[in-house]
Amino acid sequence: MEKVLTRNIGADLKPTDLKAYEANGGYRGLRKALAGLSPKDCQDVISASNLRGRGGAGFPTGMKWSFVPMDDRCTPGHKYLVCNADEMEPGAFKDRLLMECDPHQLIEGMILSAYTIGADISYIFIRGEYVAAIQRLRDALAECYNAGYLGDNILGSTFSLNMYVHPSAGRYICGEETALINALEGKRANPRAKPPFPQVSGLWGRPTIVNNVETLCNISHIIDRGADWFNTLGVGEDSGTKMFGVSGRVNNPGCWELPMGTPIREIIEHHAGGMQQGLQLKGFLPGGGSTDFLTDKHLDLAMDYNVIGKAGSRMGTGTIIILDDQTCPVGMVLNLIRFFAHESCGFCTPCRDGLPWSRQVLEDIESGRGHAEDLDTLAYQVGYIGTIGNTHCALAPGAMEPLQSALKYFRDDFERHIYGGCCPYNTARRA
Amino acid sequence: MNDAQMIHTDLDSVLSAEELTAIDRELSHVPYKSGAAIDALKIVQAKRGWISDQSLQAIAKYLEMSAEELEGIATFYNLIYRRPVGKKVILFCDSVSCWICGCDGIKQKITDVLGINYGETTEDKEYSLIPVPCLGACDKAPVMMVGDDLVTHLDDAKIDELFTDKAKYSGGNT
Repeated sequence: MEKVLTRNIGADLKPTDLKAYEANGGYRGLRKALAGLSPKDCQDVISASNLRGRGGAGFPTGMKWSFVPMDDRCTPGHKYLVCNADEMEPGAFKDRLLMECDPHQLIEGMILSAYTIGADISYIFIRGEYVAAIQRLRDALAECYNAGYLGDNILGSTFSLNMYVHPSAGRYICGEETALINALEGKRANPRAKPPFPQVSGLWGRPTIVNNVETLCNISHIIDRGADWFNTLGVGEDSGTKMFGVSGRVNNPGCWELPMGTPIREIIEHHAGGMQQGLQLKGFLPGGGSTDFLTDKHLDLAMDYNVIGKAGSRMGTGTIIILDDQTCPVGMVLNLIRFFAHESCGFCTPCRDGLPWSRQVLEDIESGRGHAEDLDTLAYQVGYIGTIGNTHCALAPGAMEPLQSALKYFRDDFERHIYGGCCPYNTARRA
Repeated sequence: MNDAQMIHTDLDSVLSAEELTAIDRELSHVPYKSGAAIDALKIVQAKRGWISDQSLQAIAKYLEMSAEELEGIATFYNLIYRRPVGKKVILFCDSVSCWICGCDGIKQKITDVLGINYGETTEDKEYSLIPVPCLGACDKAPVMMVGDDLVTHLDDAKIDELFTDKAKYSGGNT
């Protein structure tokens, strides 16, 4: 397979500097666009590539950009391009690698994206804990200003762009794009009600696009080599390659760039080396902590957005979390719900008050104090908290995904806790 | 600090010239001053370790916002500390992949070795222990950060190595 996103990432994981990046075709896409492609041309190429957002929702990138008012439809003033580098989804660990090892790939993608939507200011909103990535991005930005890739009249064109690294002060909710915008504005990171969507009224009330790191890392390659090329990279329905990862008790946990549509079995058994000695696969979350469980029956499915969607889950971030047969499914769901309850921004009632209620019921069941009717309570919570539209953002509905699917696939485990009066798994080390 | 002290403190002299310069740099690309609130909190915390009531009031005054509004922002974000912390903050990941790989036992080990629980600081003011959302290193679970360093593949031996021989630890990362 041709490596695209990881072409500059070697086994030593050393960061690629400007010289090395340029030597391997870097900034060729940007030169091509500024020399002969209009923003509309770039927009058309990205739409034709069928690139879908890699942050978790899978929304078509070209369509997202198309809602930004261009030319006379837009009142005069700034437009913004924001990179969402706030990787905090439980079990997601792909953007860190891309930023630490090839910062220029992200920056070139951002410059091209800004050019396409007509943005003149861009931010990399990155979680504060990514200390190495923050430093490497700052170093790379300095190289870009020196080389004329950023600043006024980039490469002698009429296009000008400034870019800033904005290290965040924490909180999972900042990964939600409107919460991220509020954080960038120096406020509490409460998600905004939509509409208006950020493309029309985002940062400081101006048109704003927020894209995930991995999404933006694809842009320069698509502009450089074309939509047709990108469409040939996937082996299933979706186009391009994807950073897929596996964590949990497998032999070789890690993150790999693979064709979109790679079968789950190949990722888990081949790349991740299968389950550790003495363990069986019981289930897995295909794309981070807020996706529904799938089981061994789903191993031959392709990692494509719609395929995983039809199976009742979401591809999400593409980083798979493995539940083995000696880890308690109730305990795992409790860990996730505890996380989401803690990370709720507290604005909407179903999330602020509903998630701690779910946590309480799960704590009772896990510790052997559960009752038969608790399963009905959990089902009620899934219906109410899990409904999109009852809350401003998708945190609470996302939190319900592992719970509702655990109730479906691992109901007997819940019942063993309730009727046995204790957790049947050997969880002493995790008390 | 009590109210009487607060009134008599000259808030204009609280922030250093270096801090004000750094805050001014952030103000250059926001359309109104309170837009740099989080940056300013981070700048002031960087040298002082935490945000005291006095720092909070001084920043609020400089950014032309109420201290109450800034307090609402400061307490929202988990990397802004409104209480003194140790020289190094241990950000301990207890999210799902680390949990599957046994982080609860590791946390107990840290508590045994350092004598602190979540939200607490060691008596010698060296370390504070705080939980953190998934650190994005799940293939190396369990993980935590000690200061700016990511420490991976945690086990009891590594905790002993990190915290019982401090001379060895001062070398930095593992």
